Amino acid sequence: MRRYFPVVFLIMLVVLVQQLTQLTGTSYYLTQLTMSAYYSLVVVGLCLVMGYAGQISIGHAAFFAIGGYLSGALTSFNLLPWQENGLVALLNRAGLLVASLDLYGESLLTVHPWGASAVAIIVTIIVAFAIGVPVLKLKGHYLAMATLGFGIIIYRFILATPYFGEADGISDIPAFPLVLGFTISGDFSSRVSNYYVAWVLVVIAMILLMNLVDSRVGRALRAIHGSEEAAQAMGVDTARYKLYTFVISAVLAAIAGIFLTHYNGGIGPSEAGIMKSVRYVALVAVGGMASLWGALSMGIILNFMSLRGMFGNYDDAVFGAILIMIMLFAPQGLLALRFNLRRLWPGGRD
Amino acid sequence: MSFDLFCQYFLAGITYGSIYAVVAIGFNIIYNTTGIINFAQGEFVMLGGMIAISLNQILPLPLAIGLAIIATMIIGALIEMIFIRWLDQPSVLRMIIITIGVSILVREVALHVWGESVRSLPYFTGNEISSVKILGASVSPQVFWVLSACLLIVAGLSIFFKRMSLGHEMRACSANRMAATLCGINVKNMVTLSFMLSAGIGAMAGCVVSPITYTLYDMGPGLAIKGFTVAIIGGLGNSMAAVAAGLILGLIESFSVSVMPLVFQDVIAIIILLLILFVRPHGIFGNKEAAGLKEF
Repeated sequence: MRRYFPVVFLIMLVVLVQQLTQLTGTSYYLTQLTMSAYYSLVVVGLCLVMGYAGQISIGHAAFFAIGGYLSGALTSFNLLPWQENGLVALLNRAGLLVASLDLYGESLLTVHPWGASAVAIIVTIIVAFAIGVPVLKLKGHYLAMATLGFGIIIYRFILATPYFGEADGISDIPAFPLVLGFTISGDFSSRVSNYYVAWVLVVIAMILLMNLVDSRVGRALRAIHGSEEAAQAMGVDTARYKLYTFVISAVLAAIAGIFLTHYNGGIGPSEAGIMKSVRYVALVAVGGMASLWGALSMGIILNFMSLRGMFGNYDDAVFGAILIMIMLFAPQGLLALRFNLRRLWPGGRD
Repeated sequence: MSFDLFCQYFLAGITYGSIYAVVAIGFNIIYNTTGIINFAQGEFVMLGGMIAISLNQILPLPLAIGLAIIATMIIGALIEMIFIRWLDQPSVLRMIIITIGVSILVREVALHVWGESVRSLPYFTGNEISSVKILGASVSPQVFWVLSACLLIVAGLSIFFKRMSLGHEMRACSANRMAATLCGINVKNMVTLSFMLSAGIGAMAGCVVSPITYTLYDMGPGLAIKGFTVAIIGGLGNSMAAVAAGLILGLIESFSVSVMPLVFQDVIAIIILLLILFVRPHGIFGNKEAAGLKEF
């Protein structure tokens, strides 16, 4: 059970922070903490790909955007004019569509959030497989450029598609009713419950990833990271393991995208931009590459600071600087820096 | 498609294509001496243009361009000295991330110095509306400046690498680092020189193309990915093939406008890049066996 101590600690911390904000009357922090939790979900997923399988991806914002945009567009696009269309009528009869009223009292017919998010996740899995099979055969610079290129294609595609709101993005995305009366929405009244929904998701993801990393798959991944040829020679199906981790991290990113989009009630094309992808890479690097807890903690702290506007106009510059500093001075991550310092000390151990 | 229109697209294609070729050559110079793909390559083009535009407000155009090229070369050398020179056998992943970080920093500095506005140098000869008729197509005289600058860069580089001893030393470094060191060549200085060289040609391209395409603080990544596409099509490290590949990509892009919307023009280059990477990662002109020996 020892390995679950960090999870228990995380749960206690999450509850403690919520209680503290309530006591001090600073519950507005919960909004940014909820958003940071969703962004960190992408970071821990990418950590699996970069840190454990050793494959760089500079296109993970694209998966976040695929999830968020598809769910957002399906749940906010009015199908009423196509009511008589065979497919729409069929979906309606199957109970997958919901009728509602918009702000001005116009009636709407949209896809139910559950159906929309299912579609979003299925599309993400298909895209991740389609891209992952050829891309993961590449290495180093080629892999970096190919994933970057994939990210740019998705970004351009969103910018050029009226259905996705082009440069304006999508707004007025409805709330997402989950089970047991929990609803994902940016409503003031449901701030606390949304905070817990986000963190429960993070805790589940962490437990799943921890088990994955400690399993046969995780050992195979580390073997791939060490030396792909050696792993292959030992009978590890390297291509399949790399692909599976890539798809898993893509799905995590898409889920984060779906939840955050419904939480914010909107999504813009910058979520698919190169800088977002680079930011996720930076957070994994700061966390120490092959450290899920490092990635999670750094993801939460830096995203929270960024969302609170602490970096002001220098937001991207700060992440660029962090990226360089970490890679220059502490390629093992910030948490490993302590040990390096000890080694620098004359007569030091290690 | 009428003949006039064909010529128009053709000239536009080779103009853009030659710029891509210059960016690709910049990639190749650094790749050959270090094995690094410098993701900040597009930023050199932007810096060259921006510095020349600022200097041109107080200096005559040729002087401003010359100083801008020198300034960009110094920046290139500084980047190498600060971020790369002292690293001991860095992994490819680490180098990729560092050069990406450098490109972000350069871009952010440019944003705070020059702002978000679109700038441009004046036309070297004539102005916006002056044009020359060739085979029924009317083109701006600036196109000839771009083409001759690119010719100059290619010719200058081939003389440098084939005839001059410094060029020989750089080629020795790319052929075999260890052997070059044993021959008394200072490999680290050669790497700095390769950064200066590739910053310089990038800046020159940035200046000649500025009147046509304008200069913007975030033009770097787009140019970098196209330059990389061209470098890959030609086979990484092969500068002469990069020229041919650059012209091919430029032509494909300019003719694509006649069959699909303009917004997808940039996507074409990336799709070609992905296809080439999947099917022939050693490039169309490259040699499979030779590529297998290199480390990516």
